[in-house]
Amino acid sequence: MTRKRRRLYMVIVGMVCLAVATGLVLNAFNQDLVFFYSPSEVAKKPPTPGRMIRIGGLVETGSLKRVGVGPGIVFKVTDGKFDLNVAYTGVLPDLFREGQGVVAEGALDQSGALVASQILAKHDEKYMPPEVVAALKKSGQWRENEAASANAAAAMPVGKSL
Amino acid sequence: MATLSNFHRFANPARFMRLTDVLLPWLAFAAIASLAVGLVMAFRAPPDYQQGETVRIMFVHVPAAWIGMMCYACMAVASAVALIWRHPLADVAAQAAAPLGAGFTLICLVTGSLWGAPMWGTWWVWDARLTSVLILFFLYLGYIALANAFDDPERGARAAAILSLVGAVNLPIIRFSVVWWNTLHQPASVVRMGGPTIDPAILDPLLVMALAFQLMFIALWILRTRTALIRRKIDTLRQRAAFGSGAERD
Repeated sequence: MTRKRRRLYMVIVGMVCLAVATGLVLNAFNQDLVFFYSPSEVAKKPPTPGRMIRIGGLVETGSLKRVGVGPGIVFKVTDGKFDLNVAYTGVLPDLFREGQGVVAEGALDQSGALVASQILAKHDEKYMPPEVVAALKKSGQWRENEAASANAAAAMPVGKSL
Repeated sequence: MATLSNFHRFANPARFMRLTDVLLPWLAFAAIASLAVGLVMAFRAPPDYQQGETVRIMFVHVPAAWIGMMCYACMAVASAVALIWRHPLADVAAQAAAPLGAGFTLICLVTGSLWGAPMWGTWWVWDARLTSVLILFFLYLGYIALANAFDDPERGARAAAILSLVGAVNLPIIRFSVVWWNTLHQPASVVRMGGPTIDPAILDPLLVMALAFQLMFIALWILRTRTALIRRKIDTLRQRAAFGSGAERD
């Protein structure tokens, strides 16, 4: 075996070991690497009230309500199976509206609702001009999946009017 | 092993200099031309139905992200070649690529942050995608620092080459971070199962910009490698001059 060949094998074996080790570590920390929990995961394994968590899902259509006279709002975050009440007071991102993906950071109160300290809008992987959306809606091809249909139902940006 | 022996030919610095002497002006021209076309297309593209005009940030952000990762892959392959076969050109090429990759990754991070502020409602979150790209940026900086940390440049080059191979595990983590874990960052839109989810009116400018960034990277990489080779030659000539008349001249 030449020295070049030996170095080649050393590099290959080293890279394979490294990849396996990284895979095992990432797998072990899987629960800590997710950015948010879904309402289903919260329903299955409720976190302790008061602990900071992030909840992700869609803002349920028709659930967005204004509270009092200030900028306070309540809405439901849903993943299709379970939903979770969220209360929030503060500035909302541009993309926030009913039917839109959202990540809410905060702590659960005693009633099991999330009191959010920050709201982040989650953008999906679809990009298209408004005319295309209008054409798709006209031809009835728009409702291809849940998120899209939810977006279409909330074409009027409710978040802006708040 | 015909392909491997061909490869050896290009690893010869003198041959590389002759070849790129001809190639570089053409590459530079193609990069500038495609960047001009891409920018015009980017500003003529329609706004997105949700993001509005902000979607245009993507025309810089996504190509910069792709090149930031591709540059690392090039650097890691060059480092492996340098470690295993000790080719004279490989170390030079790997070290020439690092600042370019750091630059493209920084552009990706900054433009992403500028997009995130109005769209997500935050400049930065510690989700798997953003964090793994930040690690990529620090890997580049660590590589540059390590390569220059030794008095003996050969030892520095070897240490840095090992670091770049170790850091290569980060590349699949960046690529699949949006698949393996839920993140705030959206999943892949272009290279994915079932084809792109971007309308052609927005996808075409993006692809032209990606081509422009690609050409720009290759042209800059060749330029930096040439500069490093020339600098090495000057250093050698200086040393010969300093160590006196005994050295043979060529």
